[in-house]
Amino acid sequence: MPKIKIDGLEIDVESGMTLLQACELAGAEVPRFCYHERLSIAGNCRMCLVEVKGGPPKPQASCAMSVNDLRPGPNGEPPEVFTKTPMVKKAREGVMEFLLINHPLDCPICDQGGECDLQDQAMAYGISKNRYHENKRAVEEKYLGPLVKTEMTRCIQCTRCVRFTTEVGGVEEMGATGRGEDMEITTYLDKAITSELQGNIIDLCPVGALTSAPYEFKARPWELRKTETIDAMDAVGSNIRVDARGREVMRILPRTHEDVNEEWISDKTRFVWDGLRSQRLDRPYVREFGKLRAASWSEALMRIAQKFKAAKPERIGIILGDLVGAEEAFSIKQLAMQLGIGNIDCRQDGTPLGEKGGRAGYLFNTGIAGLDDSDAIMLIGSNPRLEAPVLNARIRKRYLKGGCTIGVIGEPADLTYPYTHLGAGPETLARFVDHTPATSRKPMFIVGQGALARPDGAAVLATIVKAAKAIGVIKEGWNGLNILHDAAGRVGALDVCALPAGDGGKSARQTLEAAKAGALDVLFLLGADEIDTTALGSTFVIYQGTHGDAGAHRADVILPGAAYTEKQVTYVNTEGRAQMTARASFPPGEAKEDWAILRALSEQLGATLAWNNPDELRAAMYRIAPQLARLDQLTPADASALTELATVDAKMSAEPFRSRVKDFYLTNHIARASKIMAECSVLKTARQLEAAE
Amino acid sequence: MLADKDRIFTNLYGLHDWGLDGAKRRGCWLDTKSFIDKGRDWMVNEMKASGLRGRGGAGFPTGLKWSFMPKVVGERPHYLVVNADESEPGTCKDREILRHDPHLLVEGCLLASAAMGAHTAYVYVRGEFIREREHFQAAVDQAYEARLIGKNNIHGWDFDIVVHHGAGAYICGEETAMLESLEGKKGLPRMKPPFPANVGLYGAPTTVNNVESIAVAGAIMRRGAAWFAGFGRPNNVGTKLFCISGHVNKPCNVEEEMGITFRELIDRHAGGVRGGWDNLLAVIPGGSSVRMVPAAQIIDAPMDFDSLAKLRSGLGTAAVIVMDKSTDLIRAIARLAKFYMHESCGQCTPCREGTGWMWRVLTRMAEGRAETYEIDMLLDVTKQIEGHTICALGDAAAWPIQGLIAHFRDVIEARIDRYAANPDHDGAVARIAAE
Repeated sequence: MPKIKIDGLEIDVESGMTLLQACELAGAEVPRFCYHERLSIAGNCRMCLVEVKGGPPKPQASCAMSVNDLRPGPNGEPPEVFTKTPMVKKAREGVMEFLLINHPLDCPICDQGGECDLQDQAMAYGISKNRYHENKRAVEEKYLGPLVKTEMTRCIQCTRCVRFTTEVGGVEEMGATGRGEDMEITTYLDKAITSELQGNIIDLCPVGALTSAPYEFKARPWELRKTETIDAMDAVGSNIRVDARGREVMRILPRTHEDVNEEWISDKTRFVWDGLRSQRLDRPYVREFGKLRAASWSEALMRIAQKFKAAKPERIGIILGDLVGAEEAFSIKQLAMQLGIGNIDCRQDGTPLGEKGGRAGYLFNTGIAGLDDSDAIMLIGSNPRLEAPVLNARIRKRYLKGGCTIGVIGEPADLTYPYTHLGAGPETLARFVDHTPATSRKPMFIVGQGALARPDGAAVLATIVKAAKAIGVIKEGWNGLNILHDAAGRVGALDVCALPAGDGGKSARQTLEAAKAGALDVLFLLGADEIDTTALGSTFVIYQGTHGDAGAHRADVILPGAAYTEKQVTYVNTEGRAQMTARASFPPGEAKEDWAILRALSEQLGATLAWNNPDELRAAMYRIAPQLARLDQLTPADASALTELATVDAKMSAEPFRSRVKDFYLTNHIARASKIMAECSVLKTARQLEAAE
Repeated sequence: MLADKDRIFTNLYGLHDWGLDGAKRRGCWLDTKSFIDKGRDWMVNEMKASGLRGRGGAGFPTGLKWSFMPKVVGERPHYLVVNADESEPGTCKDREILRHDPHLLVEGCLLASAAMGAHTAYVYVRGEFIREREHFQAAVDQAYEARLIGKNNIHGWDFDIVVHHGAGAYICGEETAMLESLEGKKGLPRMKPPFPANVGLYGAPTTVNNVESIAVAGAIMRRGAAWFAGFGRPNNVGTKLFCISGHVNKPCNVEEEMGITFRELIDRHAGGVRGGWDNLLAVIPGGSSVRMVPAAQIIDAPMDFDSLAKLRSGLGTAAVIVMDKSTDLIRAIARLAKFYMHESCGQCTPCREGTGWMWRVLTRMAEGRAETYEIDMLLDVTKQIEGHTICALGDAAAWPIQGLIAHFRDVIEARIDRYAANPDHDGAVARIAAE
């Protein structure tokens, strides 16, 4: 380990560290604009200059220089770096002055104001007088799409956005044109960026050149109440910060979690917030003479109680939606058990997961961070770019590091990294069942719901497990079978066993068939919208949820619930990591938190649930699923249970695998209520049509 | 004065056949195989012993540079890149080599590549050099045809030359920007370290040399390092192409001994300064990037790296720009500032923002439309650019202005005072008002 002296303080540093990192380790603050830990080093802003003893008589860019590049002194004393000398101070002042001469003085009307690196660093490292009396440069606006607004006169050409879209996003659509003063950051053809991660360039931009278009002129950072919580748009469980003013969510930003989302979030996660305001169910409704009318809570609950009491338990069905928290899934499962209802299912898409094979049978077993040291990845029936863009970026990161082969069974799509397309569906998969073991050390399967959420899902899963064992994806000391979920609430619901009762309980698929055939009297939809609500026959439908989406349209009674930013619930992400959301704002109108609704309903039904507050509820839940109590920890699942999955003896159809996510921007009821998401969707559809021509 | 027998570039003026036959008659391609047969170490040592310093401007010892290449060729091949992107204002030596003596360069490429274990050389020719590229390409083709280069050639060292045509960006003459450009990217200089000898073209060990440095390699090996080292003064040896332009009676390119005094160089080859020596005002001795030197200091100065460095200038590319007393120095430097503003790649903040600032201030100063305190401010701005950028273009933009202010501050002050003393600015105010 090299030793280095920074401002007189001697520290040990890891080989290969940059001077900037070493300085930070020693507690010396180094200003920077272009440098970012997760992007390649550009070294062009020149803000991070430091003085190196014994080096050339000019300051060095600390972001670009490795500690290994420094030579020790003549008697072997460690190399010395200074960050506070007059030379460094002068250099920083100089660079800051250059950055500011052409930067507009429009901080009062700039959305970045208050959280602007340039503003902060100008205060800390700049000089307070202005020596530039020439005309300032102005730059034409650029069009980057509906999400990112530009004000390119403010751009300081740090190229973080270019590096992000190219390296992490995997789309080579941004770049710098022109030279010298005329250098401009742009999308080459003035087209919208196609990356699902483009919103991150707003965070990366150290100035106000790239700002959030939907958030434009809406709020100031110091007015916002910041709540650290968890995202529910996909099953990655990205860590987010929800900024609200009063009751309204104004924007969503990522938080850093190395093992989950690093520091990126998808555009759906970031921009879905306007969907939290529109189409909201803010009071109970009951249907009378074919029309919904507003009702009181007691009336709505009473109406439900009547229907429940009138129907036999086996003619009642319960289906859980994709955004249901573990607490709610647990509550309704307990309620169903107390009422003797066996037809309860959290898998509205009809996957066979959770029935057999234990936890290992439905988790992303290696963990998301496990992607980093995998050396062979096979994607089966999954398009991670649409199902989990952040996870896809991690696969791309793995690819860029080299030494990892990637194969795909399913639709050939642009995943932002090259892969071998092995085949379209089950036939290709079947070929791997008696494959010779792969030479790769840590091979993994990433299985999407496109392969499982189909009538022959159990057979496909069995084949996948067999193939995994043959190839060595599952072997002694390594379980590389990774199920990639696309619903945030699914794993949590599976963890609390929100599944059909063992003695003839109907699955979601069977329940829906029963409803169609008239064999079901009451159907309770807990936020379930992604089912065919037009084919429910004359079933009495109760919808508990947040948005006036498909389920609510068909419902006979509507119970208004709380969205994921409005309640404290546990979401378990695809790798089995339990994380708890926090309440950033309150549900609108008379809407209530879902656990409270279910608790009230249970009382009406005469089967009162045994808790009076969320803490008691959780205590009960943790008895069933103790792993949920270990927040933010991964509990490895027992891989030996997977063997029973392989015993299914059914035939797979020849139908090719298709990703479940048809339109990335419209996958759930919140996204479908969002105007911004709708705009993105229209743009993407237009692009696809254009490409098809 | 250099005797004709000691000239390396015997067809500098294009009076003879530039093709293979002509080149062979002039001694090119003679004994080439024997040098390669003596091995890498011999060739590198010969270059070291010759004392040749890089002819591209910085004057880094060429033999030493070659020796930085890994001794054993590892996983990645070695490359030689020849910098023929000659764009420095005032410099016009490499183009003469390319069009009149191209075989010296082809032969030099082979020798240099053999000396550093490279089997491929890329020659990056400036975008504006059309005829030069055609001649050079023709020479390469001739060499291939005569099996002087190529696979299984008569020299026993498999070797290919790729002639790459640039697109006319000055910055691509910076060695790492050139590598980026060759790789098909935008010509933005890379950060060093890592140096090209470790991570260069396509990540492989690479040496970038100037055309002239490579073209003299054959002659040095043929005639011996001692012969080459016999010219000039210690540490500044050999012969050098000087490009004399500006206010002389006969501007020319000429090969001369290093260390020849400025007076001798001009009198012998350029027909003297226009209007006589008393009319000399200042000289930019090494291409636009170096500081100018006032007449009194330059007249008897030896033209070599160290002597000119002592005058706080530099030999650079030996592009001698002579300015007589009719020159408006401020406008001249303002024009150079505009050049650097135009050619800055825009990557680093100080150069991107500073070059434009300096040009704007200088343009006003050329009119006199400035304040006296702005002279110091301008000097301060140049210091804020110098040494703060990835490549040397920032320095190159700063030095001419520093030279101007160091030696001719009084001229600027006088200009400003005259402007201030003339409130209607020769009717300009009225004219603008009328518009």
